[in-house]
Parts: sequence; C-alpha cells; structure tokens
Amino acid sequence: MTAPPDDCLARNEWICGEYLSTRRHILLDAVVQHLQLTAVSVLIGLVIAVPLAVLARRWGWAAGPVLAVTTILYTIPSLAMFSLLLPVYGLSASLVVAGLVLYSLTLLVRNILAGLRAVPEETRQAARGMGYGPIRLLLTVELPLALPAAMAGLRIAMVSAVSLVTVGAIVGHGGLGNLIYAGMNTYFKAQVLTASVLCVVIAILADVLLLGVQRLLTPWTRATRG
Amino acid sequence: MTTLTDAWDWLTDPAHWAGDDGIWHRLLQHLVLTVVCLVISCLIALPIALVLGHLGKGGALAVNISNIGRAVPTFAVLVLLLLTPIGDWGEGPTVVALVLFALPPLLTNAYVGMREVDRSVVQAARGMGMTGRQTMVQVELPLALPMILNGVRIAAVQLVATATIAALAGGGGLGRIITAGFNLASTPQVVAGAVLVAAFALIVEGVFEIAERLAPHWARGSR
Repeated sequence: MTAPPDDCLARNEWICGEYLSTRRHILLDAVVQHLQLTAVSVLIGLVIAVPLAVLARRWGWAAGPVLAVTTILYTIPSLAMFSLLLPVYGLSASLVVAGLVLYSLTLLVRNILAGLRAVPEETRQAARGMGYGPIRLLLTVELPLALPAAMAGLRIAMVSAVSLVTVGAIVGHGGLGNLIYAGMNTYFKAQVLTASVLCVVIAILADVLLLGVQRLLTPWTRATRG
Repeated sequence: MTTLTDAWDWLTDPAHWAGDDGIWHRLLQHLVLTVVCLVISCLIALPIALVLGHLGKGGALAVNISNIGRAVPTFAVLVLLLLTPIGDWGEGPTVVALVLFALPPLLTNAYVGMREVDRSVVQAARGMGMTGRQTMVQVELPLALPMILNGVRIAAVQLVATATIAALAGGGGLGRIITAGFNLASTPQVVAGAVLVAAFALIVEGVFEIAERLAPHWARGSR
C-alpha cells in the first residue's frame, strides 16, 4: 500500500496549483459553458430589447406597461425565475438561457429607452428638416445617439449575466457554478475558490471588452472630452 | 397547464404549511433574515456613506463598489463562506452574504444623494452659521432622503433574492422549498416555491412603492 500523497489537494487547501494542473480540462469546459450561456443570453436579450425600446419610444402609451413589466421581472429572484421556467424547459440549458434573457432584456430595454428619450428634440427636428424619414432618422440619428446609454446597459447586463449563470447549477447548467456546487457538496475548497475567482475574472474581462467596443463605436464622445 | 394546477394543489394542501419545513416557518425565516440583515446593513452603510458624502471623500470607492457587487456571484460568496469557519454557526454564511450584498446599493445611493444636494443650499447653511454636523443632519440628510430611501429599496429587493439563493448553500428561507422540490424531482413543489418567492419579492417592492407614495412631498423620489 502506498502512502496517500501529501500535496495541497490532500490537505484541502484554498489555493492549490496541483488542482489547476490536474483539472485543467474540467475548468476549461466549465469556462466555455459559462461563456456560451452568457453570450447567447445577452445576445438574444439585445435582439428582443432594441425593437421593444424603439416601439415603446414611438408609442408613448406602451412605455408605461413595458417599464412596469420589466420592473416586475427584475424583482423576481433568479432562483425563482429559473424554477418558474422549469415546466416549460425542463432541466436544460435553455432554461438557464431563458431566465437570463429575461433579466438582460429588462436592463437593456430600460437603458435603450432612456438613451432614446435623451436624444434632444432639436436634433430630431433638424434631421426631419433635412428631409430624413422616420426609419432613416431612427437608424442614423436616434440609435447612434442612444448608443452610450445602450452600451452602459449592455455592460451591466453582461456582468450580471456572468454572475447569475452560477445559479443555473441548480439544473446542472451553471458553467463554473456547477464546479462551485459540486465543490460545496464535497467541501473541496480549491475548486470553489478557483471557480469563484474565474467568475469574477470573466465578468471583469467582459466589462473591459465592452468598454473597448463602446469606445470604438462612439468616437465622438472622446473627441468632445479631449 | 397541469403543472400549474398541481402547483396550486401543492400550495393549498394544509400539510405543506405546517411544521419546520412548512411554508409558514420558511416564510418567517425569510422575513426575519431580510429585515434583520437590512437593519444591520443600514447601520453599517448609512453612517459611512453620509459622512463620506458630507466630506466629499471616497467618491470613487462609493460608486465603484456597486459594480464590484454586481460582478461577484452571490452563490460563490455563499459557498465560500460556508467552507470557512463562519459556516459552522448555522445561518452565519447567509447573514454575512446578505449583508455584504446589501451594502453596495446603500453606500452608492446614500453617497450620491449627499453629493447631489445643491451646493448653494449647503453654502447658505454655512453662511447662517450652521456647524458641519448641523448642516449634515438638518440640511443635507433631509434633501438626500429620496435617494437614500431608493437605496434601501434596492437593497431590500437584493436581500430577498440573496436569501433565496442561500437555500442552495443550505440556508433557511423560502428558497428551501424550491431546492427541496428539485431534490424530490417534484416540479409542482418547485413551481409552488417559486411562486411564493416571487410573490414575497413583489410584495416587498410594493410596500416600498406604497411607502414612497404616502411619504410627504419633499421625501418623495423623482420616480
């Protein structure tokens, strides 16, 4: 019989290089799943949110109900949201994506609508005076001017989604949350800490990435400052 | 549709309301956790934010702390706390995590509220011979109140959500009905628990909404 190895895994330490090297593939798979769930959810949320915000802006009466529904959706805790979707999607990745889409949608609609509302009336009138039709006005004047507010919403939605994916562990589709959940049940400290830190790192990287995209898309905001 | 009627049957079964795992007990746990942690967080965050806001210091920290709070997963913090010595005393991890996640909105809103008070009003107060403390308590605090209360409202909703996730890490509260439902593979119980949690969260939000409407005109937010 060989003696049990005396390394940081056996001693169940919080920080463990051995863990990183032996479980590299598990970690990588979890990170990939985490990124997929986040990206798909936020993208679907964005695709639905833009037309909703534009419609709510166009028809004044729709803005009230749209904002009320988003407030209600945002108030429902994530675990309850996933659970309410269980009868529809079962124990699947779609359930997590659907829940995250609802949260992203909420944040995005609010921010895009705020951005559209902040477009100065004079700007709109000037464009109309230059012969812009409603579609061209929307695409070349209103949406670009709403972009900073929309990007701010997108960053919040993305960071929130990265963090909320972990709750998906309840249905086995939580990316790094799965590792945290499994680590909790086995008191595996290195796994819980590593997965948690990776979550925060992904959130920060996503935020920085979107900040970069925002700077590329809205060069005029920098020109006025400099 | 059958799931919904099953969930309704689960909710209306008196056997599910009684006992230590019953709905009444879980509801009470959830309520106590939320209220106690809201009071603790306010006691910690508001004095700090009010003084920093009054002095105009630490702004970058007060504002960025919200972003940090959003990036850190609640579930991860709960499990990390559970594996530390705090995990040995019952609801310890839940209480610590709840307070940690309620602090950012309280700090940020109270700080920004204090800074957004019209500077000319503050100068007028100083010109009338008010001391720094008098200015803070009698002038800045009342004017910042709508923002501060908005922060309390956001914190309360956050607390309800965090207390729910705490069930995943063994904490008490309504979330336990959901996690128990998952363990039993009982979709009706999961849905019934989710309906209870959602209703609880919406009622908390509604109470703040009503309180805001009933508040005197000057204490109302711009919403």
